[in-house]
Amino acid sequence: MSAATTTISSRPARSLASTLSVYAKEAKYEFLKMFRLPIYAVSTLAFPVMFYVLFGLILNPRQAAFGGTSVAAYLIASYGTFGVMGAALFGFGVGVAVERGQGWLEVKRASPMPPYAYFTAKIAMCLLFSTLIVASLLLLGFAFGGVRLSTLQTLELLASLVVGSIPFCAMGLALGYFVGPNSAPALVNCFYLPLSFASGLWFPIEMMPKLVQKIAPGLPPFHLAQIALCSIGANHRGSLTSHWETLLGFTLVCVGLARIGYHRDQGKLYG
Amino acid sequence: MLSEVVHIPQPNQAGTRPTIAALHAVTKLFGTVRALEHIDFSIHPGELVALLGPNGAGKTTAVKLLLGLLSPTSGQVRVFGGDPRDPRTRVRTGAMLQTAKVPETLRVREHIDLFSSYYPAPLPLAQTLAIAGLETIKDRKFGDLSGGQKQRVLLALAICGNPDLLFLDEPTVGMDVEARRALWEQIRNLVARGKTVLLTTHYLHEADALADRVIVINKGSIIAEGTPTQIKAQTSGRRIRCVTTLPLDLIRRINGVLDVRQDREAVEIQAAQAESVLRGLLLQDPNVSGIEVTSAGLEDAFMALTRGSNQKPEEPR
Repeated sequence: MSAATTTISSRPARSLASTLSVYAKEAKYEFLKMFRLPIYAVSTLAFPVMFYVLFGLILNPRQAAFGGTSVAAYLIASYGTFGVMGAALFGFGVGVAVERGQGWLEVKRASPMPPYAYFTAKIAMCLLFSTLIVASLLLLGFAFGGVRLSTLQTLELLASLVVGSIPFCAMGLALGYFVGPNSAPALVNCFYLPLSFASGLWFPIEMMPKLVQKIAPGLPPFHLAQIALCSIGANHRGSLTSHWETLLGFTLVCVGLARIGYHRDQGKLYG
Repeated sequence: MLSEVVHIPQPNQAGTRPTIAALHAVTKLFGTVRALEHIDFSIHPGELVALLGPNGAGKTTAVKLLLGLLSPTSGQVRVFGGDPRDPRTRVRTGAMLQTAKVPETLRVREHIDLFSSYYPAPLPLAQTLAIAGLETIKDRKFGDLSGGQKQRVLLALAICGNPDLLFLDEPTVGMDVEARRALWEQIRNLVARGKTVLLTTHYLHEADALADRVIVINKGSIIAEGTPTQIKAQTSGRRIRCVTTLPLDLIRRINGVLDVRQDREAVEIQAAQAESVLRGLLLQDPNVSGIEVTSAGLEDAFMALTRGSNQKPEEPR
């Protein structure tokens, strides 16, 4: 083909400021999109709060002591873990599955959107929701559960749980690349609920059957729960470093799986 | 449309014109399925090219290759002289894809605001809204819009970055006649503003109404290329309808007749050229009456090209 080709004109490359503004807008609209979606916003916030109010406050009128701290404080850590895990798994897993499966991700990929803006926005959205969930539990605990934590403990718990939601963002991403848009919510629940139960997020691990106690250390949410318990000075198992290392390893495995799913997607036949 | 003089040069003169997007000997396999087979075509600045073909012909695959969403199995895809996946290429293109679902909880203006931010020199929001006809519904959530309105939002997302080259993949699918004509008008305005457009469609009259050049594609191969007029001339040039007592077999033997069929009291003849057939017809049956000559629609041409025969009945447009 001897046709003269017009070359790319010398339009300025995107400046750092405009790149940052794209990332900020992407994150803002990702949050608005999910915040206005009741099935996400209400269920991810409502379930941990509801559990906490029920088991931590209503059914615990005498503010009993448990596990080196009070029940009300202990349950902030475990339902907090449950909450941030849900925000991440549903935000990423269902979000990516639906947007990928129904063609929206492709529209974005065809645009000059910086590819990482999409994922960064989803992570930012999950971190914000995680913060909201943990902050709600803390406020309820302080106001009605007689929970007393130092400022440092409070901040450490909040930071651990929010940062600790990232491995579950990665898990959600991996799931999002392998499940279909319609089956996504059900399939995510198939992972979310049994993992939460067996990791001692609903009932303290000490109260679980021996078998579950044996399985739990193999499950990532168990490790995040132990980190959260450690941050408020409650009894916990294992060392903090080993828990973070486990979560880091789990994150890398999930990112690897997500990459396989991403590449598998490229070769797929669309309509 | 037929009587209009079309100024687009023949494809074989394309070498002298700048090319802004092209597929060179592109083959695309999905597993063992051959979606495209050794396809070659180029798009030149300022033209509206329609990629016409039935469902499953490979139109969407061609668009996705040009958008860098798929990689060719063999061959080369060039857009603005570069790789379609290059961000510098992407800021000069806009795309309207067949997407099942757009996030429904965001408002129209929010979707446009976000997509505009991806481009270095986007249109002002008000202008994008005006071009796509969305001013009155800019605050509505996407999920609350009608089908035609949703398509217009997708058009707005394709044009908001003020790109030079637009890919519209079946933009009017599922629209009613009125919405479709309105969108056609918007597409014509874009071309008038100097945009280059590649449109895919299986609506034959859509290609006829909009395109400077039509590329007919079937089962992954290009089977015809030219102006709508040329495409029609290339196959069943004219349709003659008349009342005659001649048996069909006899008519079929007249020089230039491509096909004949009985249509109630009349016969309908597909002819390459009307004149020679009419001469033969009048010679053999002086009593022939009710002669009507119409140019075959693009639909006839399309049927002939894709099916290899043109027995398909179709009412004149």
